[in-house]
Amino acid sequence: MRNLIGIVLILIVASGVFLCLDNIPFGASRENVGDFYNSSGVKQTGAVNMVTSVVLNYRGFDTLGEVTILFIASLGLGAVLSTVKTSSREETTPSSLILSTGCRFLFPFILLFGTYTFLHGHLTPGGGFQGGAIIASGFLLRYLGCPAKRTNPSLFVALESTGGLVFTLIGLLGLTLSGFFLFNFLPKGEANTLFSAGIIPVIYIAIGFKVGAELAGIIDGLIVKS
Amino acid sequence: MIFIIAFLVVVMLAGAIAACLFRDLLNAVIASCLVSLIASILFYFLQAPDVAMAEASIGAALVTAIFIIAIRRTERRE
Amino acid sequence: MNFLNSYIFYIGAFGLIFIGIYILLTRKNLIKMIIGLSIIDTGVNLLLICMGFLKKGTAPIFSRPGIKPENMVDPTPQALVLTAIVIGVAVLAMALSLAIRLYQHYGTLDMRKIKEQKW
Repeated sequence: MRNLIGIVLILIVASGVFLCLDNIPFGASRENVGDFYNSSGVKQTGAVNMVTSVVLNYRGFDTLGEVTILFIASLGLGAVLSTVKTSSREETTPSSLILSTGCRFLFPFILLFGTYTFLHGHLTPGGGFQGGAIIASGFLLRYLGCPAKRTNPSLFVALESTGGLVFTLIGLLGLTLSGFFLFNFLPKGEANTLFSAGIIPVIYIAIGFKVGAELAGIIDGLIVKS
Repeated sequence: MIFIIAFLVVVMLAGAIAACLFRDLLNAVIASCLVSLIASILFYFLQAPDVAMAEASIGAALVTAIFIIAIRRTERRE
Repeated sequence: MNFLNSYIFYIGAFGLIFIGIYILLTRKNLIKMIIGLSIIDTGVNLLLICMGFLKKGTAPIFSRPGIKPENMVDPTPQALVLTAIVIGVAVLAMALSLAIRLYQHYGTLDMRKIKEQKW
């Protein structure tokens, strides 16, 4: 009965939505601020990847807000889970030799790939958030493959705080040097080279460390110590 | 080209309906991982490689892992 | 064929949103509801990227020297969706930690039984 009422309500809303889809034509060109970002992005920021220049230069303040939201979520998760009693009723089977050796062997290569991703965020698709997620996946593989070795959680806390502090300090440095928060004050260099685009690679390195340490810390907080 | 995209959309919607109808929570989580993976491919077809990378690494790997760890600490059947 | 060509992505995005809302309306296990939230998240992100698409457009990266900025796809919705994906995973982690705490306190994850309990 409940399922039937749910289906009927959703069909009513869906028919209303699909009758109005003619007003949003798919793939039509629209004149808006995206054209301005595309045509004058390389001259003004020095980055070749337009999405990176929007995320860190034109809308850099929103990225600071997002980094704060991640920090608050990690904090809340740690606070709620510290009141949960951990019962030691689960025992894990020890992993075989092939599995643990394979996971230990793969771990530095995954870290290397994540570092490459956030270092080249202004030249190729990628950036701080994607690279941080790849680093956290490397830590997850290590937890699943060899459960005997656990990393010290204070390392994650230290890396996360350092990353957030570097981001804010660069913003304040821009404020003192030019009068605007998060102003792009380093030299822009030549486009399509590694040392270009001002403060964008520096901030992406800080964000990469922060997001990687944060997501790995979340997974570390959820796994019960056995 | 349009048939490939139509096939992928049909598989994605079938995966979402399967996530609704499974009683075993582990199977439902794996169906939602399939939805996330096909959404990442569709982001690539919409000419957005940054978003495809983010969805594949965060949505398909880390969210599934967090769900499985949470299911292990609570019940498994609905 | 023309109908399919112009509307296939909208069908996918809106279909995901409506299936997610159906899961939230009719299922009573808390973790199943959180799976429904995650499906709604994915559907909304897909819809946002559809808004910036241009027919015969290309990705907004100046990788080769011959790309003109007039053929490029809009980069603003992509920046917005990048933020939204990361925020989605943060909210999901927080919701699952609350579910673990609820399970430890009440012994069950059935929302109708928890609502009857008064304390």
